[in-house]
Amino acid sequence: MSRQTVEFSVTAAERLNETLNAFLQIDREGALQRAEELERSGNVGPLAGIPIAVKDNICVKGMQASCGSKILGDYHPPYNATVIERLTNAGAVVIGKTNCDEFAMGSSNENSAFGPVRNPWDTTRVSGGSSGGSATAVAAGIVPVALGSDTGGSVRQPASLCGVVGMKPTYGRNSRYGLVAFASSLDQVGVFAREVEDVARVLGVIAGRDPQDATTADVPVPDYTASLTGDVKGARIGFPRALFGKGLDDEVKNSVESVVDVYRDLGAEIVDIELPNAGYAIAVYYIIATAEASSNLARFDGVRYGFRAEDAPELRQMYRKTRAQGFGPEVKRRIMLGTYVLSAGYYDAYYRKAQQVRTLIKNDFLKAFASCDAIITPTSPTPAFAIGEKTDDPLAMYLNDIYTVTANLAGIPGISVPCGLSSERLPIGFQLLGPYWSEDQLLKFAHAYEQLKPFNERPPISAS
Amino acid sequence: MPITQSDIEKVAELAHLELGEEELKTLGPQLAEIVDYVEQLNELDTTNVEPAIGGLTPEGERTETSRPDEIFGSLGQKIALAEAPDPAEGHFRVPKVL
Repeated sequence: MSRQTVEFSVTAAERLNETLNAFLQIDREGALQRAEELERSGNVGPLAGIPIAVKDNICVKGMQASCGSKILGDYHPPYNATVIERLTNAGAVVIGKTNCDEFAMGSSNENSAFGPVRNPWDTTRVSGGSSGGSATAVAAGIVPVALGSDTGGSVRQPASLCGVVGMKPTYGRNSRYGLVAFASSLDQVGVFAREVEDVARVLGVIAGRDPQDATTADVPVPDYTASLTGDVKGARIGFPRALFGKGLDDEVKNSVESVVDVYRDLGAEIVDIELPNAGYAIAVYYIIATAEASSNLARFDGVRYGFRAEDAPELRQMYRKTRAQGFGPEVKRRIMLGTYVLSAGYYDAYYRKAQQVRTLIKNDFLKAFASCDAIITPTSPTPAFAIGEKTDDPLAMYLNDIYTVTANLAGIPGISVPCGLSSERLPIGFQLLGPYWSEDQLLKFAHAYEQLKPFNERPPISAS
Repeated sequence: MPITQSDIEKVAELAHLELGEEELKTLGPQLAEIVDYVEQLNELDTTNVEPAIGGLTPEGERTETSRPDEIFGSLGQKIALAEAPDPAEGHFRVPKVL
């Protein structure tokens, strides 16, 4: 049984990859071998025989980890990320590594050194990013589940643009050991699936304290599937009216507002809330994320792994040439910005200031959650845009993350759920944000909506 | 704050990035635009606001992270060097430093 399921996924991945460019590596032989071993061993783990796709910035032993970059060359990590260790122990079979924006920096997947992922709903459009390959692999029915990483919306935004469910848990819920670091205080591993229940199942397997990551918290992992009761009577859903204004596409606005009506019909109470500093989130994010990235990416220097530039007879010259040839334009831009905001004389003006405003944003949420159990917003201000449309304007691209970055800054969990198609048949998603450790509630609310309004549409490019 | 060409060159030096003529020309205005955008934070009065120290939750901050000082397995020299661009006799070889 495992073998058949895994073979279906591998074959679909191979067949559709020319069109979608969702995978950077498809491991047919390895995956089939693991599926056979699994059948022989009689593993009856909670994910026995489930094929999964993994973003190429998460280490899977024996497979590549390019992070969508040239600087890692043909790097094959010698160990598994903790989340992979837990998934495989539960019986899941990794079938391949998915395309992503270089080092997870981007909102469209156009920053991959290996070309953009194409949206299965319209291949002239972006998949979203940075975990675009994982979102696409699930949307196209290649795999039921995929892992991504979310630093400013990189799971939720592509989930929204591809019409699947995507969740970023509380900071410290999932181990980051074996996830290649972009911005360590914001990064979390997240889960994609077609249905909320599968997200709950997978999160339950990967979540929890890991001694290898000191930022994971000692908080019990509940049975997330047990919370999917469909009952949201009396739940208080916060509605931040001010975020439904300028810059938001009309169709997205209408679609998400109709989700609010659904919750009201289900017996939830809709509460008006304010997040007064949300408008500053992008500015805060692009200081903190780039500062952390400039430090984290210092390790790519051509010494211990990956690519090294030739024709550099002196050490410092080798560093400079390796990084110049190995990194793409967006990564260079962010390293430069991060180095600038941390450099002597500017630290207080930028980095310290950003961390102070981050406190204000956190406090906004704490205050809001005193009067509600979850907050509803759009996930992305627009449906999927055209490939090439925003590549010349980095700032316009950054504004795609307006609804998602606040969760990373505050460390709170968020989930994106499909809520319909635009007039151009492009998926629209809504986002629920919750207090720390409220994954069970968010999954419950998302699932209740899904029960009433299941998203049964399938993209034109699909495995089945 | 305007970003000059020499600022860009200095930052590139700090970041160990060799930038071409074209890159220097495009990065300057792009960074200037982004820096101009992030300076909107100056509208906010943050006197007496504690800077956030990271993404940690209160539960995360309380989590005990020390452990007994015990030896456990590591990759070992051979595996640790396997991905190096230029390993030599159990070491990472680099071009001359001086």
